[in-house]
Amino acid sequence: MTPPNVEKVVIVGAGPAGIRAAELLVKAGIKPVVIDEGLKGGGQIYRRPSQGFTRPPKQLYGSEARKAVALHTVFDRMVAAGEIEYHSQSSVLATAGNLLQALTPNGRKDFTYERLILATGAMDRLAPIPGWQAPGVYSLGATQIALKAQGVALGEKIVLAGSGPLLTLVATQLLKAGADISAILDTSSLRDQMAGLPGMLARPSLVLRGLLMRAKLGRLYYAGVKLDRIESDEQGPVAMHWRDARGRAQVTECDMVGLGWHLRAETQLAGLAGCTFDYDQSWSQWLPRTDRIGRAGERLYLAGDGLRILGADGAEVAGRLAAAACLADMGLPAPDAASDLRRLDRLERFARGMARAFPWPREIVRAVPNETVVCRCEGVTAGQLRESVSYGGAEANRVKSLARVGMGRCQGRYCQIAGAELIADKAGIEVCDAGRLREQAPVRPLPIGAWVRDA
Amino acid sequence: MTADLQPARRAGRIVRLAEKGRPLVRFRLDGADCQALSGDTVLTAVLVSAPAVRQSEFGPEKRAGFCLMGACQDCWLWYEDGGRLRACSTLIADGVQLRTAPPEGWQ
Repeated sequence: MTPPNVEKVVIVGAGPAGIRAAELLVKAGIKPVVIDEGLKGGGQIYRRPSQGFTRPPKQLYGSEARKAVALHTVFDRMVAAGEIEYHSQSSVLATAGNLLQALTPNGRKDFTYERLILATGAMDRLAPIPGWQAPGVYSLGATQIALKAQGVALGEKIVLAGSGPLLTLVATQLLKAGADISAILDTSSLRDQMAGLPGMLARPSLVLRGLLMRAKLGRLYYAGVKLDRIESDEQGPVAMHWRDARGRAQVTECDMVGLGWHLRAETQLAGLAGCTFDYDQSWSQWLPRTDRIGRAGERLYLAGDGLRILGADGAEVAGRLAAAACLADMGLPAPDAASDLRRLDRLERFARGMARAFPWPREIVRAVPNETVVCRCEGVTAGQLRESVSYGGAEANRVKSLARVGMGRCQGRYCQIAGAELIADKAGIEVCDAGRLREQAPVRPLPIGAWVRDA
Repeated sequence: MTADLQPARRAGRIVRLAEKGRPLVRFRLDGADCQALSGDTVLTAVLVSAPAVRQSEFGPEKRAGFCLMGACQDCWLWYEDGGRLRACSTLIADGVQLRTAPPEGWQ
């Protein structure tokens, strides 16, 4: 039991960052509330299949199995011992003052807090490739989730395209599981990848593992490609049209396409909670501002990929740091952060090297034809967006109001970054001067009937 | 089934690679009997027998989900009674009745 004089801490997210933050608070005698959308703790990276699945951790998480099991074990033990108040399958949809409003399986539930740790993770960063609205085009993350959590491939003949560590990893995992991959198309050139290498050498063993995986992909892998369009019939994709590094036109038949360019931080709650954002040039996106240990403001802490895209290992470190900051601010003894801060520095050097090696495909996005759908939710095209910049102004929230890019159900999660790129291109300004979409609650759509039912 | 009797393209898009030994679950999709495996999400279950979960309201294409992590909101469909659900974050249940379009008269 948390003594009555101890402040109430709420953690949103039960991935690597949220779990490690909870663990540190529990050790300090605090019983945090943990609210998470998943069925079980672990986050997307260490997502666990539901009951009845039998593949062992080694098969699900490969080289990261030990870390995954360690996190699951810590989390399940805290839940079983009643050391945390855990709300699974629960989505925090709004926050104001010291109140969080969440949708739980039983209906709406309000949580108050004195300190809040947001560990909301990340999602795929997407670029609008002509034809990507077809059924059967998925994010790379989705492709991996399907395999990991469901044991399935999302098509019979697969093309994976984009850039970033997930591209190689998902391809390797699918091939190992027996899926049929026709091509792996990386928009980053070998030159980009060499430029990122010095930074990435902060974690030499990981670089080696990546290179070995890449080598095994062999002739399925192409670097420095341009993606022209996804050709589809009524059922979905039939071919990917692309150009190789020498500019030659290529067509690869497929019935499923997985797309993704690294990750995009999930920052909607951080925005609603009042965080300041800075445009980060290496990750080509807006990220919340905190001090080095994750302090974002009075009683507000951030950790994990929702703050900096450092991956799962970085998220564990950041989770511990945020909890340590929280404890220190409560006047409680906190562990020394020095060694975790050194770890964080090394992980960040690596991650920035990675961001340079597998960059956001700026030129491909800027060159998309006018008929390309930019907003998948509402089918808004690049032409409509460009036109709205001409008559409405070069600012993301204006473009959202006038052309509805960012107004749809995903609330800009999959179009904001590309949208800003197109605005900047059209107006001849820097992307960071095209503004940032303001967050709006609820941060996910929900059935109104569920919201009026109190849990 | 011989090769020449096979349709040019399968009805669904899911290929099961592992975990095939789970118990069967029966459900209805647009009035037709369908089968899935216990532990399947509604999205997996539907895409085993159908190419998509719904028609896009804003374009000519159908939709079949996109992110599988509750972020894109592409995979909402309907219960027979008109209630809505997000297919990627809901597990299939025995006897559930689903629709890929809202009930008649709703549009």
